[in-house]
Amino acid sequence: MTDIQGLYSKKVLDHFFHPRNMGELKGANGVATVGNPVCGDVMRMYIKVKSHISKKLPGGSKSKGKSEEIIEDAKFQTLGCGAAIATSSIATEMIKGKPLEEAEKLTNKAVVEALGGLPPAKIHCSVLAEEAVKKAIEDYRKKKTSSKHQIPNNN
Amino acid sequence: MKRVYLDYAATTPVRPEVVEVMKPYWTEKFGNPSSLHSFGQEARQAVEQAREQIAGILACLPEEIFFTGTTTTSDNLAILGAARAAKKKNRGDHLITSSVEHHAVLDTCRVLEKEGFRLTILPVNKFGEIDPGQVEKAIDEKTVLVTIMYANNEMGTIQPIKEISQVVKKKGVLIHTDRPGSGLLVHTDAAATVEYLDLKLENLGVDLMTIGAHKFGGPKGVGILYLKKGVEVEPVTFGGHHERGLWPGTEAVPLIVGMAEALGLAVSSQSSAVSRVTKLGDKLIKGVLEKIPETILTGHPEKRLADIASFCFKGAEGEAILLRLDAEGIAASSGSACTSGTLEPSHVLLAMGIPPEIAHGSIRFSLGRETTEEEIDYVLKVLPKIIDDIRKMAPKF
Repeated sequence: MTDIQGLYSKKVLDHFFHPRNMGELKGANGVATVGNPVCGDVMRMYIKVKSHISKKLPGGSKSKGKSEEIIEDAKFQTLGCGAAIATSSIATEMIKGKPLEEAEKLTNKAVVEALGGLPPAKIHCSVLAEEAVKKAIEDYRKKKTSSKHQIPNNN
Repeated sequence: MKRVYLDYAATTPVRPEVVEVMKPYWTEKFGNPSSLHSFGQEARQAVEQAREQIAGILACLPEEIFFTGTTTTSDNLAILGAARAAKKKNRGDHLITSSVEHHAVLDTCRVLEKEGFRLTILPVNKFGEIDPGQVEKAIDEKTVLVTIMYANNEMGTIQPIKEISQVVKKKGVLIHTDRPGSGLLVHTDAAATVEYLDLKLENLGVDLMTIGAHKFGGPKGVGILYLKKGVEVEPVTFGGHHERGLWPGTEAVPLIVGMAEALGLAVSSQSSAVSRVTKLGDKLIKGVLEKIPETILTGHPEKRLADIASFCFKGAEGEAILLRLDAEGIAASSGSACTSGTLEPSHVLLAMGIPPEIAHGSIRFSLGRETTEEEIDYVLKVLPKIIDDIRKMAPKF
């Protein structure tokens, strides 16, 4: 077996030993679990999205201000190797406080770069992190549309 | 930082006595054993003396000992060489091995399979044991080689190699009547066993056996192939008469001298090593199973090597555990996919029926002659929190 510490960049080890935003997020409105235990890596990503009215049109009337959806908080839970933990940890940092449209564009490449590189055998962990973020956003949107549909039904 | 080495099954430190006996052979007695002059002759003498020493310890003839590069190269030479030689003489084309062998054996058998040999890979029970009865059943009239390890390096299970040799020999006499004693051969990879198990060849009954020096206090880069007199093996590398043409290339004189010394020391201190290491290994196993819930001991609970304590921690991943252990100064290893460079967890654990999601949480501690009780206590103090922390990070289902 190779020198395991030497395999990873300082940044990866920092995120592995001091994971950011780790744990369950209470009040999350988007959650996704990716990977599977048979393959060895499971990531769960939680996001809490809030709409902010960015501008109000003058004159008031019926037109509403343009609302922007921001990821106010993000947390993760991961079962997996050092790289799996580090990629999910840094992914939460990269999407926190970001507008949804921007967070959605997170790529595995950006995750790898932010970590100062990953060994080739561990690139799949960054792919998993990207997938986790995208699926969590997808989950948020799905919940949003289904709750919109529910309102007229309840009336 | 405190450093605790518990990866002796990966490699062992060279014994100081071994370093001492190797010393003259680097710069002073540096000759090539094939040279006729006095420089060559003192090197030749050292190599042949080492061969005699080793033959004495293993209870075989000096001409039955061949020096090679490592256990892996010995395994390659033994398996490829014996199988190809047998096929050439039309003795057959069938090989038998087990699902828990080292890759040096399994991958080599697969090379032969591509060459047209039929390969039977025997299953093991949940303890990783091979049933001699199954070996017997797998033998057909075209079987030429059975290769089963003496004990497993990952989880420590000792195979009933004496019984296996007996059933193979009994069958061999019947199917290879032209060569009753050596038509059907038994090879064993004994790499993991030297410091702890009986190595007397007459007791084991095998035709070929491989070991490597660095697993028992010798240097890296030198191995032994025992080849019973009369067993035919083809070379796999070419270019010289060395080791009677079976392992061409200038002999690694200092390493060979060192290996003979290391083997002598390992075998003479075996009984004390077994009792000391068994006590410490048992303490580690008992402590881990008591302190850490959802943990399984892998391998056989009794028929196991004294030095190996291997576990699977459910809901924790092996590499993450290793990184945390390393940060505490503890060196161990894992059969998790993440540490092997492939996406599959250890084939040995899977062969025992351990599901992949549990096999990913495997950790092997392997003890050695320098392991102390204090080191075991330190592991027992540190490990439960590490596993707990890692489990807390995982999503709940």
